[in-house]
Amino acid sequence: MNNPSGKETPLVRPTKSFLDRFRRASPASSEKRENTKAAGLRGALSRTSQGLANLLLGAKVIDEALLESLETTLLQADVGVPTTDTIIRQLTTALDRRELRDAEVLRAELRQILIDLLSVCEEPLDLESIPAPAVILVVGVNGVGKTTTIGKLAARLKGQDRSVLLAAGDTFRAAAVEQLQAWGQLHDIPVVAQHGGADSASVIYDALQSAQAKGVDVVIADTAGRLHNKNNLMDELAKVARVAAKRDSTAPHEVLLVLDAATGQNALAQMEQFSNTVGVTGIVLTKLDGTAKGGVIFSLADKYRIPVRYIGVGEASCDLRPFEAEAFVDALLGAGDAL
Amino acid sequence: MAMFENLSDRLGASLKKISGRASLSEANIKDTLREVRMALLEADVSLPVVKDFVEQVKQRALGREVKSSLNPGQQFLKIVETELTAMMGTENQSLNLAVQPPAVILVAGLQGAGKTTSVAKLARYLQEREKKKVMVVSVDIYRPAAIQQLETLAVDVGAVFFPSEVTQTPRAIIDRAMQAAKKQFVDVLIIDTAGRLHVDDQMMTEIVDVHKVANPVETLFVIDAMIGQDAVNTAQAFDRALPLTGILLTKVDGDARGGAALSVRHVTGKPIKFIGVGEKTDALELFYPERIASRILGMGDVLSLIEEVERKVDKEKAQKLAVKVSRGRGFDLEDLRDQLRQMQDMGGMSGLMDKLPGMGNMSQLAQQPGVTNQFGRMEVIIGSMTPSERRNPDSLNGSRKRRITQGSGTTIQDLNRLLKQHKQMGKMMKKMKGKGMRNMMRGLMGNVNSGMPRL
Repeated sequence: MNNPSGKETPLVRPTKSFLDRFRRASPASSEKRENTKAAGLRGALSRTSQGLANLLLGAKVIDEALLESLETTLLQADVGVPTTDTIIRQLTTALDRRELRDAEVLRAELRQILIDLLSVCEEPLDLESIPAPAVILVVGVNGVGKTTTIGKLAARLKGQDRSVLLAAGDTFRAAAVEQLQAWGQLHDIPVVAQHGGADSASVIYDALQSAQAKGVDVVIADTAGRLHNKNNLMDELAKVARVAAKRDSTAPHEVLLVLDAATGQNALAQMEQFSNTVGVTGIVLTKLDGTAKGGVIFSLADKYRIPVRYIGVGEASCDLRPFEAEAFVDALLGAGDAL
Repeated sequence: MAMFENLSDRLGASLKKISGRASLSEANIKDTLREVRMALLEADVSLPVVKDFVEQVKQRALGREVKSSLNPGQQFLKIVETELTAMMGTENQSLNLAVQPPAVILVAGLQGAGKTTSVAKLARYLQEREKKKVMVVSVDIYRPAAIQQLETLAVDVGAVFFPSEVTQTPRAIIDRAMQAAKKQFVDVLIIDTAGRLHVDDQMMTEIVDVHKVANPVETLFVIDAMIGQDAVNTAQAFDRALPLTGILLTKVDGDARGGAALSVRHVTGKPIKFIGVGEKTDALELFYPERIASRILGMGDVLSLIEEVERKVDKEKAQKLAVKVSRGRGFDLEDLRDQLRQMQDMGGMSGLMDKLPGMGNMSQLAQQPGVTNQFGRMEVIIGSMTPSERRNPDSLNGSRKRRITQGSGTTIQDLNRLLKQHKQMGKMMKKMKGKGMRNMMRGLMGNVNSGMPRL
């Protein structure tokens, strides 16, 4: 079986014709492949967009059925019921008002609505305005890709001529410290770590102290994955932030919530709880290189108006990109491929 | 849990349309079906699966006669839940390890689904519950420190760890692990694999190859309970690439509704065998379809509560009370005592609350002595009255009250509170004149569905 994604069934849209593919590699071997990834975001996201593009191009007249299939597509992208309703309602109103009867105009209208929704999220991480060392605390539920994101983010910041220090704050999961250290070694970035089972807050305190002493620009602190409904674990996280503030009253300057693009409506609960605990200031949306569409950020944008700082579109270091609303929506709508 | 309305709440408005009808018809369930559709979508059940399911419920519900003791809304809920449970598979299925040892278990899934943790949990489960000797091996030569993670966990759970290197090929690792497993008379060999995207041809080819070499008796697909609509794509791709024998659903201890469980089950047709319910290595449970069905609907165990009410309410006494009230005679303390007893038969307040959605904390509260004893105390007070006092509470003067409270070891305040509650219930009874106990219960259920039962 060479091509598991190629066979079609009514449930799955064809996913073959994307531009670029992200193949798996260890961080060690990923460097040399980075250049070939130029078409990255659109390549990765185009897979997710076939549905919309096909839908709109095939349609000559705008009718109930077309709107309904549009609704279906949004729902299947995890946009969620309330936000999908809002989008469809806006679209209907716009159509009624202008009496447009053309799929191309509908597409433009939809594009604009989606971009408007996401534009509130387009606010890149601004490290210039933060006095060094800037402290970035990375949080999220288990298995969303926190450590991998930190590895990529560190490489990115280092590439911008910033000195970076990593704090191995995930002291719970087996070999989490080693995983972060492997990233540190790969990019020649120092990692502050203690033994497994150590107090996460103290690791981060240590790291901050060391960063202040050495004049490091950015400290990125890893934390153990935790489910947002576990009170004790959330209290522990609150303590991490509190203890960091003891060293620098303005820390942490950025709290990044890492979300898996495949996450469904539970992302809203995650956002709510992590915000209540440590005041999330930005989101990183990971694993967009699968068929998951990450549509839940439309709900998040709608409800929380939270900046999306980065998106992860592959496993190589360069596959962490700043979020751009227009590019994200265009990739979702399949602009390039379709026209 | 407060974030989620439960299904009965959200169905409230549309269910009212059904209430009072003799049967469920296409016209009167249309809105309700739409609500079911929305509820399932919000629980992250994939859209194609939702469509199939709603159609199925519709077929079942149409023309159904409404049972006397349940209102049509409750009956509709029951159909939804029955269908959902049926779709989830009717019973638990455990692992099939009846082969010549070592029996090989292969786990596969996306990145971050929880494969490595699940391998450790499975190893512990098989060692402790099935007394197997278990060896674990990792063929994840990609993610930094993945092999170390498995090693640490293996040591924790006391399983044999077969070391592998990132420089080896998965095929070579498995060959050597199989030999070692035979030599060491291991019963079960569990193979942990790298997380992979189902659209990554190269990696999917690799796991097909791994499967061929390992020839596992169980191939488990590990999937995160928090996954959204993409569950169908992922599950289908893995199912087509590998002959899956079961599903392991992880992170079920979160507050995701777990609609993915239904999607995955529906598109693969493979049973969910285990669920991961915590970070510790013992947090692995067998999967019971009906529990997840209730959860997807956010209903707690309202349905078994409904069944219990049906079963335990003493129909004869209810009938007697109905006759009595309808003849214009009051609801007296004797009747109140009967009702208290029936409530307690159903497991008392904490028993009731345990079964309600979003009431987890409340039931802990109800176990505090003060609250639990309240029913008991009321019963004791009534027990200290003479039969004529019970029939005619208005006759209670100061000295009678003193006698009763001394006899029951309670205070005048307790007694007055009881009398006040009794009076309120009497008023309620009069309003529902002639309908009696059954409606009382229906009224109670109504309150239950919209939150705290009012007592």
